[in-house]
This record gives sequence, structure tokens and C-alpha cells, in this order.
Amino acid sequence: MSGQPVLVVEDLSRSFGGLRALNDLSLTTCLGEIVALIGPNGAGKTTFFNCVTGIYLPSEGQVWLYDGDGDKALLNGRKPHAITRLGMARTFQNIRLFNEMTVLENVMVGRHCRTHAGIWSACRRDRATMEEEQQSVDLCYALLESVHLADLWNETAKNLAYGAQRRLEIARALATEPRMLLLDEPAAGMNPQETRELEILVRRIREERPISILLIEHDMSMVMSLSDRIYVMEYGTCIAEGTPDEVRANPRVIKAYLGESDA
Amino acid sequence: MDKVGKALLVAIWFMVLTLPVMGIKLNLLENRILWRFDRLLWLGLGTFFLALLWDWAFSRKARGLPIMRLPLALKDNFLVFWSNATVRRGSAGILALGLLAMPLLCSFYQTNIMISAMLYIMLALGLNIVVGLAGQLVLGYVAFYAIGAYCYGLLNQAFGLGFWTCLPVGGIVAALFGLGLGFPVLRLRGDYLAIVTLGFGEIVRLALLNWTSLTGGPRGVSDIPRPGLFGIELNINEATIYIYYLALLAVAITVVVISRLKNSRVGLALQALREDEIACEAMGVNTTRVKLEAFALSSLWAGFAGVIFAARTTFINPSSFTFMESAMILSMVVLGGMGSITGVIIAAIILILAPEYLRAFSEYRMLIFGAIMVIMMIFRPQGLMSGEKRHYNITALKEAGEK
Repeated sequence: MSGQPVLVVEDLSRSFGGLRALNDLSLTTCLGEIVALIGPNGAGKTTFFNCVTGIYLPSEGQVWLYDGDGDKALLNGRKPHAITRLGMARTFQNIRLFNEMTVLENVMVGRHCRTHAGIWSACRRDRATMEEEQQSVDLCYALLESVHLADLWNETAKNLAYGAQRRLEIARALATEPRMLLLDEPAAGMNPQETRELEILVRRIREERPISILLIEHDMSMVMSLSDRIYVMEYGTCIAEGTPDEVRANPRVIKAYLGESDA
Repeated sequence: MDKVGKALLVAIWFMVLTLPVMGIKLNLLENRILWRFDRLLWLGLGTFFLALLWDWAFSRKARGLPIMRLPLALKDNFLVFWSNATVRRGSAGILALGLLAMPLLCSFYQTNIMISAMLYIMLALGLNIVVGLAGQLVLGYVAFYAIGAYCYGLLNQAFGLGFWTCLPVGGIVAALFGLGLGFPVLRLRGDYLAIVTLGFGEIVRLALLNWTSLTGGPRGVSDIPRPGLFGIELNINEATIYIYYLALLAVAITVVVISRLKNSRVGLALQALREDEIACEAMGVNTTRVKLEAFALSSLWAGFAGVIFAARTTFINPSSFTFMESAMILSMVVLGGMGSITGVIIAAIILILAPEYLRAFSEYRMLIFGAIMVIMMIFRPQGLMSGEKRHYNITALKEAGEK
């Protein structure tokens, strides 16, 4: 682990009544790093994302997000929109686009927290507002170009193909100018060709801006080739952490994935 | 032939069902039963053809075809014609001239109907912010309308305040009530929100009805002055014309404000809220704030409309603010197409003007209204206008085009 930390999670726990979905989970990601979070279904990966992004309140533990100056902010108890404003963005496991809106408008909603026009300036349409709007339009169009959706900018989001919807979610998340990007199963339902393209896209996102990427993924070949480090979860706890090679050789991981042999 | 058989069966079944109501007449004086088979026959015939039409429409819908399709050449020609800026400006100009000249050319009665229609346009566009854009189902909208109207009525009665003072006051008081309602219902959505707002509407109406010492109870508030025009005395006719122009101006302002709002940063956030609240918040939209803004703005508009309403009728009582009114305004939004400004205006005009001009069928009014709603929801659930896309200028595309 090297470089400047972006997301630091300390002893995070989350209970749902008697069920402890997350149990003392600690995790750190650094700038320019791609970290994967893997584990069997029901291990608590999406719960972890929901706790970090403020959709759930953590039961115990701390979540810290560092900004560019190295100052850290405690995310516990903050609302999701405030956390996004601090520099966290995510995509969803089951795609959550704004279906009836156009592709460009979907991305423009991501600009909301970086722009300022209120109702009054919307009614007045003064120069500053219109300029802000135009800048936002152009920036979002550029983002769409980078995820290869520029041709479809005026299409209604629900009409996009599955893979395109996933890429649109990534573009929308990038529009919030995140330092920490959480991708929840970005390759789910994609064919091998699309998965390879996605891999290239994720790498490029990291190269083009100061960002740290944390992804949940079940596609092991993608996880192994893409990530710098891997955390393995089972029953809400972290059972292994390390580089892809270390994780692959870890007996506990093999046990979690393949089960214990009786022999 | 299967279809014909089915339609025949429907027709016979309908005739049997309506036999007691339509086919039998009791003559109690002579203790005789009159059988009116001719009526039944006509009914059966009508049902038969309607059933055929219904079946045909459904089969088209099932195959994913539009119910009606204009000849392509006609449609294309029209689109080319309509995309011409001069044509658009010209027709807008003619429409504006027509609206401006209307009270001078038409009767007192028709001017009055138009004023009603315009008040409802204001209300429907106001509700459109919350229901159409933000997707929050509010059923008690008429409460804010009532609050605006009573604000003017009571402030005038107690302190002698005039129309122009009360217009902003009524709007702001209604908006405050909107915020007051907004806070507790922030966490509710869908059906639950609908029930709570329905309750709010009833509470306001019942309070107005029973708080006799303040509101005058069922007697309401009377002798509310019409708006003044620089202290000039106006007779009823002139005052109506004056109110017509006021309402027209108010509608114009409403349309400008709401279309600008819709196409703004806040408008986009509202639409995102309608589509997916969790994703919307995760993308950095403060949903609490945006929702409250929508509630406040929407009730502000109802308040304005209420003040104008009170000034027009010069008399208000709680029976003008029943749930039926809320339902009517909501129907305009749904019928017009959620979020569409043109659609909502057209729907408001149809729903207000049609009953007035079809007085000959007044007994069947609610029947026709219900039938139209059912048919619309089956065949065009998205409303009259939908899928309008906003125009964006993308600098990169423009530059590429110039090269």
C-alpha cells in the first residue's frame, strides 16, 4: 500500500436487527489505485457500499474520506448527497438510471452538486446561469464521448442497451467529480467483449484524473487483471487482503469460494 | 368471424344487463308494464359496434401499433411546415392576438369561462411542478388554492387590504403552508404521500367550514372587492374584462417561469427525483431541499390563483374547495402528460371548456369524463403530450458541423 489515502474505513459494522451484515471491516484505498472487493453472494459487499455512501447509517466504526489537501472528513451520519459533494460517487448493482430522461440529462444530474443555479436564477436566466449551464452541457458531452455514448446523447436512457446503460452510470458518477469511485458489479450481465472494453475504460478513468476506484465484481478474470489490491469478504468480515497473486494463493479464500474438502 | 361473434355476445350480454333499467317501464297508474324493446335494440347495436372498435383498438395495441396514424406524407409536411420559424412565430402571434382580443369580441359569459379556464391552467401548471416534474403524488392541492383565496378575503375584511397587497401575501402564506406540509411528508412517497395530502386538503376545508368565528363557516366571505385599476371605478363588465387580462398575464408569467424552471438545474434534479430517488440523492442532489422547493413553489402558485379567484367571484365559501377540485386539477396534469407544459394547458382547457360548451349533454358529463379517463389510461397512459425532448446546444457538435 502506497500513496495518499482516499477512503479509510475503520472497524465498520452494520446490523439489521439480529443480523450482523458487516462485522469490523477495515479497508483503505489510495489515490490512483484500483481496489476490488470480492466475496460470495450475501457477504455484505453492497451493504458496505451503502454504508460508505450514506444510504445506510453504520452501526459502529468510522468512514473517512480524504480530500486533495490531505484533510479528512468523517462520513458517518452524513446524507448521501453531502457525501457525494465531498467526492464520492457510485454506480448501482441493479442499474438505476433516470429512465425517462435523455442520456445527456442523466449525466447533467451528476453535475448538480458542482453547479449552483437556484430557482431564482433559473427564472431570471442571467448570463452566469446560462454560462454555467452551457459549461455543464459541454462537460457532460465530453464525458459521454469518453464512455463512447456521444452519438446517443439525445436518446432516452431506457432505450439504451444493457452495456451502454452501465457505461452511462459510470459517466453520470464521473460528472460529480469524484476522488473515490465505487463501482458495484460493473461487468454484471456483460459479454466477454464488453467486459474487456469496460476494463480498458476503468483503467483510462484512473489514468485521466486523480481518483481511486473500488469495485465489487464477480468476474474473476477481470478482478485479477484490473485490481492492484483485493479485499475478500465473507459473512460481513474481511477474510483476506492483498495483491491478486496473494489472494489467489490464500487458503481461506479458496475455502470460502470452493468450500472445504472433507478428505 | 370470431371477433364478430365476441362482439355479438358482448352486445347481448349488455342488453340483458340493462334490461331492467332501459327496457322496462312501470306505469304505476294503470299497473301495467311497458316493454321498450326498440331502445334495447338500439343499445345492442351501439354496443356491438363499440365492442368491435374496442377489439380492433386492443389488437393494434397488443401488436405495438399506434391506434391512429396520420399518413406519413401529411405528417412530414406538417413537421417541415411547423419547423419554420416564421410559421411558429406567426401562429404564436395570432394566438396571442386572439387571446388579447377575446374579451372585446366575445360575450360576458364566454369571457368568464375563459377566466375559469385560465385559473385552472395556473393551478394545473403549479401542480405539475410537484406531480409532473418531481413525481410526488399530491391529492390535496386545492387546500393551497383555498388558503390563497381566504387570505385575500379575510385580510380584506379585517384590514381592508387591497388585491395588489394580498396577491403576494396570499401566495407566500400558501407557500408557507406548502412548506409546513412538506416537512412532515418528506419521507413519504407514492400512496402514502397521496393519503396524507388528501387528509391535509380535507383538514383545510373542514377548518374553513367549522371555524366560524374566523372564516364565516359555510356562509364564507362575501363582498370581496374586485382588483382596482388606479382607483378607477369599473362596472361588472369592465371589471371582468380587466380580470381577464390579469389572468392572461398571470398565465403567461406562469408558463414562462415554469418552462424556465423545468429546463434548469433544479428542474433536472426534480425530474431525476421522479425517476429514482435513491440514485438522485447518490448523485449529489439534496432531495430534501429540492422537494421542499417544489412544494413551496407549487403551493405559491395555487395561492396566487386563489387570490385571483376570490377577486373574480367576490364571494368564497368552503364548497368551492372540495376534493373534486383537487381531482380535477390532477386529472389535467395526468391527461396532459406528466411534466409537459403544452399538454397540461390543453388538458386544462378541454376539461374546463368542454363541460361549458356541451351543456346539452350535462347529464352525461361525469359519464363522458370517466370514459375519457379510462380510454386515455388504457391507450395513452403517458398523456396527450409526452416524450418532448429539450434542445441542447453542444459546442463540440456545432464546431464539428462548421468544419
